[in-house]
Amino acid sequence: MDPISLLSEPLAYAFIRRGMLALILVGGISAVVGCFVVVRGLSFFGDALAHAILPGVAISYTAGGGYVAGNLFLGGLGGGIFAALVIAWLTRKAEVKEDSAIAIVFATFFALGIAIISTQSSYAVDLSHILFGSINGISQGELLMVAAMGAVVLLIIALLYKEFQIISFDLSLAHSLRLPVEFLRILLLLLIAVTIVASLQAVGIALMLALLTTPAATARLLVKRLHHMIVIASLLGIISGVVGFYASFYLDIPSGACIVLTMSVIFGVVFFLQSSWNRFRARE
Amino acid sequence: MAALAMRETSRSAASDPPALNVDRVSAGYPGNWQALDKISFSVNKGERVAVIGPNGAGKSTLFKAIVGVMQINSGRITIFGEDTHSSHTNVGYVPQQSAIDWTFPASVFDVVMMGRSRHIGWFRWPRKDDRDIVRDVLARLSLSDLAERQISELSGGQRQRVFIARALAQDTRLLLLDEPFSSVDQTAEQEIIESLDILTGHGITLLLSTHHMDNAAFRFDKILILRGRLLAYGTPDEALTAANLRDAYGWVLPTMPHGDDLRMFSVDYDRAEAGNGSN
Repeated sequence: MDPISLLSEPLAYAFIRRGMLALILVGGISAVVGCFVVVRGLSFFGDALAHAILPGVAISYTAGGGYVAGNLFLGGLGGGIFAALVIAWLTRKAEVKEDSAIAIVFATFFALGIAIISTQSSYAVDLSHILFGSINGISQGELLMVAAMGAVVLLIIALLYKEFQIISFDLSLAHSLRLPVEFLRILLLLLIAVTIVASLQAVGIALMLALLTTPAATARLLVKRLHHMIVIASLLGIISGVVGFYASFYLDIPSGACIVLTMSVIFGVVFFLQSSWNRFRARE
Repeated sequence: MAALAMRETSRSAASDPPALNVDRVSAGYPGNWQALDKISFSVNKGERVAVIGPNGAGKSTLFKAIVGVMQINSGRITIFGEDTHSSHTNVGYVPQQSAIDWTFPASVFDVVMMGRSRHIGWFRWPRKDDRDIVRDVLARLSLSDLAERQISELSGGQRQRVFIARALAQDTRLLLLDEPFSSVDQTAEQEIIESLDILTGHGITLLLSTHHMDNAAFRFDKILILRGRLLAYGTPDEALTAANLRDAYGWVLPTMPHGDDLRMFSVDYDRAEAGNGSN
């Protein structure tokens, strides 16, 4: 088979085209938001939040009579925003250490989600879809939903870029400029929550963290300014989406696993080349 | 006489409020709720004040309270007559180096541009004017060559100057520097002092916390000695008495023969050394 048809063949079907678009969107948007996750050291929060949306998803799943492709976005969004606000509230003062607060919320919500889903008879299969993602059969409406959430997230980041940059770098400057620090902090957590929900179907809860951190961490190795990092990370996210899609199609591996492994390989290569380069330069 | 003096004070206060007025301020944090105990002092426009005191004396707490990073428990802080809670105040703050994440992906240019944020306004990106101002500020502090450097690639003195440049870009009239001389070498210290002179040349009021009493003694209009409460505030001659320093640090200092009118031995000795060394 020639390379062109190798690439074009999967795209003959509308539902597969939708799957590919979804992976590209999700890869790019998560990478942009992920830059703030990485520079703020919020990786653990991102992972916890991804798990904490489970009860929201579970409730809409159960309400839909155990039908997984139903409207999980709404439940996920509700659950994600609720979990983000609970964590933000618990960590606003130093009464509970931040990582402890996150861990408690994470575990409680995840357990609650499993409890709710387990009331359905077909739960084992559906739970694995929610945990590991399944891009097959994403509908036109769902794809539009992912695009809309992504557009809102990107627009807010574009409008508030310099404020997010300041609260991430130097809180004392943010205070001295009289920025609404707490509002911006919570807004950023909510953007992470929305991104996670938008990516839920494509990669699932368990691997979400990789989309938020790996492209951003890779970009961080390559460039030294935040806006450059965002551009590079989103490109890496999109490339990983495309490569992951084809790998998933031809190797018959779940899309979530494919996109994550692609990102990991890129990170590994960049990391290796860069440390070799640094060693080379040090010897010069 | 007292009444006249009071009227005198209030009139001058109405026409030209002090750059900073701290009135019976108490503040603290979990673990030490009484880090500051009813502190009162006032700084005039253009003055340079050194805040000295041992570790844990509340120097950082005082600065954070003035900047608004930390809530105060009681009292009132005004900056050029405006309450710190008002959105009009514009205080520059150079945090301790250890409080900054130097691996953050930002160039020198980016950090100084952050100071322009309020002038740029909500939902906007920097314009040409802002970029020109940042370049101008960098040039004035001899940082132009470093504009594209990532902040982790700077020396200690350069790092301090970048944050001083940011305060200039911010158009601040009151600047607080938390321990700018800690962990920098002699050359860097000299660079920072020259940068402070540039700020003073712009009429900016300076508050600086330090352990280096030689700088405190000779480079500042006033000295504030802090140890939870305010032990002394005045000109170096007034504040740096043996009794005040003993109260602050708990050790007895070598004094000059003329008793309480103290110049620490080490101070003059250090300066003499520095003077010889440079020539």
